[in-house]
Amino acid sequence: MISRKQLLLIFAAWLPLSLWAEQSDWRVSGFVSAQAWYFWQEPLDTIQSDSNVSLAVRPEFYKAWNEGRDSINFIPFGRVDQRDSDRTHFDIRELKWQHVGSDWELRVGADVVFWGVAESRHLVDIINQTDVVENIDGEDKLGQPMVNLSLIRDWGTIDFFVLAGFRKRTFPGPAGRPRIHPPVNPDAAVFESEDAKESIDLALRWSHTIGNWDIGLSHFHGTSRDPRFGFDTDESGALFLLPIYERIDQTGVDAQFTWNSWLWKLEAIRRTGQGESFNAAVGGFEYTLYGLFDSATDLGLVGEYLYDGGPVETRSPFESDVFTGFRFMLNDEQSTEALFGCILDLNSSSRFCSIEARRRFGAHWVGSAEVRTFSSVPMLDPFFTLRQDDYIQLELAYYF
Amino acid sequence: MRKLLISIAMLSLLPPAGFAVTAEEKGLTIAVEADRRDQGWQDSKAALQMILRNRQGETSERKIRSRTLEVQGDGDKSLIIFDHPADVKNTAFLTYSHATTPDDQWLYLPALKRVKRIASANKSGPFMGSEFAFEDISSPEVDKYSYKWLRDETFDGQEAFVLERIPRYEHSGYTRQEAWLDKEHYRVLKVDYYDRKTALLKTLLATEFKRYLNQYWRAHRMDMENHLTGKSTTLVWSDIEFRNGFSERDFDRNSLKRAR
Repeated sequence: MISRKQLLLIFAAWLPLSLWAEQSDWRVSGFVSAQAWYFWQEPLDTIQSDSNVSLAVRPEFYKAWNEGRDSINFIPFGRVDQRDSDRTHFDIRELKWQHVGSDWELRVGADVVFWGVAESRHLVDIINQTDVVENIDGEDKLGQPMVNLSLIRDWGTIDFFVLAGFRKRTFPGPAGRPRIHPPVNPDAAVFESEDAKESIDLALRWSHTIGNWDIGLSHFHGTSRDPRFGFDTDESGALFLLPIYERIDQTGVDAQFTWNSWLWKLEAIRRTGQGESFNAAVGGFEYTLYGLFDSATDLGLVGEYLYDGGPVETRSPFESDVFTGFRFMLNDEQSTEALFGCILDLNSSSRFCSIEARRRFGAHWVGSAEVRTFSSVPMLDPFFTLRQDDYIQLELAYYF
Repeated sequence: MRKLLISIAMLSLLPPAGFAVTAEEKGLTIAVEADRRDQGWQDSKAALQMILRNRQGETSERKIRSRTLEVQGDGDKSLIIFDHPADVKNTAFLTYSHATTPDDQWLYLPALKRVKRIASANKSGPFMGSEFAFEDISSPEVDKYSYKWLRDETFDGQEAFVLERIPRYEHSGYTRQEAWLDKEHYRVLKVDYYDRKTALLKTLLATEFKRYLNQYWRAHRMDMENHLTGKSTTLVWSDIEFRNGFSERDFDRNSLKRAR
């Protein structure tokens, strides 16, 4: 965790760094953003507030040589948060060297890798740890140090991963919001064994396109990115959750069938090592209606079913849920788009809804809004302690 | 394609012009000749600036780069890399185009590092918010249309054929097009696009032609005017280079993730 002073230094280093980059053959891009949150319900914990602001920066430095066959990417990321010192954090999202051969590619260093096809949950995606303090949607990832060799063959691409250096999940601090209760103390993390903490994780993936099918098969052997949780108390007797990381094996399959305006999707996993072995799956469709009412607007309809047979302690809220979503793309000059979606728990009827919208202003500014609500959450649902944390987020980002 | 070549071979056996050559046959002959003259370039790359103009005359700008691999007997493969506006930088778009069936398309979203296969049935929506639809700038395959020669006329000081093109692709945004091709080089100089209500929707003007490899003509400026909305888009092509030695590997899903 870095201090605000350090982050200010990073901001201060920014100008000379970008000037230097201008002179060299490094290509620089990225964004700086300001974010504001408002919570309209009473917080569960008096230490929490009803508003929050934060600043983030995510530059990207890229340099290629050897006719583009060799390249280096460097993407540091930092955020300063008004209320939550655990959300004030710095990470190296990427710092990798890449070499591209005729039928192989090699990447060495910190990187982010995405696997999967579904919209409501990224189930097979397992290489990177989630940066939960960034957004509860789980789409922000911490950089993972790795060696990744890809072999490109007629029968598909095989990716080998050696993952060195386990990254612990980030969690909001006691003053952070939205968060589950009691707060999670990431520093109190417990590892099932020395193995789980120190050892090297391995992963293998085959992916291929066959006609209208895009298919992936993967296996992961290593420390679970999803922790289980235990309870503990600090010196003052306050209850907190501690993450427990275990060694797991996870086999995953993801497939998408693309046909005219339809996308049919499936992701499924089997995981062993966290209590009893279990399966989980998410599958469904995305159908696009083009040129709605003779306008340029496209409307995407998304329907997915989520199943998770995992133990309650992994705190997956998706035992048997249905996601419905509407994605509007205005296809205008400002690339305006909005996604409305709800996940409905079929057992408890609890409902998690979100709206995400964004629009470009001029050539460099992007404004976005996010609303997330948790409704009718029963006591045994993992979302229960988030029930007072409905919020709206407004963000303004400058891209360069 | 083979069927078309056979029909062309048969056409050439016919007696010289004037005998029972229908307007449809003549139209097809012109399209096939234009296609024949634009074969064998292997691969190309180009930089593209798009200037979008709204009804009030306010402009905004897009910058992209494209790489294309010529595919014999099917539509070409192309990779488009977005450079501007800054928030879409490093986004990349891979297309395996087909004449009458939907293209195969993948989009790379750098923020999530995600490659997403996308539904491609619809090619008629605005490309990057411009007045160009993807079908207006994608690989010009003969099989995409059925043809009819309408008339000969002088256009912009050049002798030209006026050709009617009826899209054979069921999801096309147009009912018909009228294209002006100059008789000397078979270059498309102008296209009128008619929408689903058969009203004149858009007009394309292609200008500033340059010849590459002593054979292939490329327009360096294209102006598309939308008659319904009053908006227009100008495409300015630059840095066009042919025969870069691209291979299939430069157009696979792996290439999409590292395209710069």
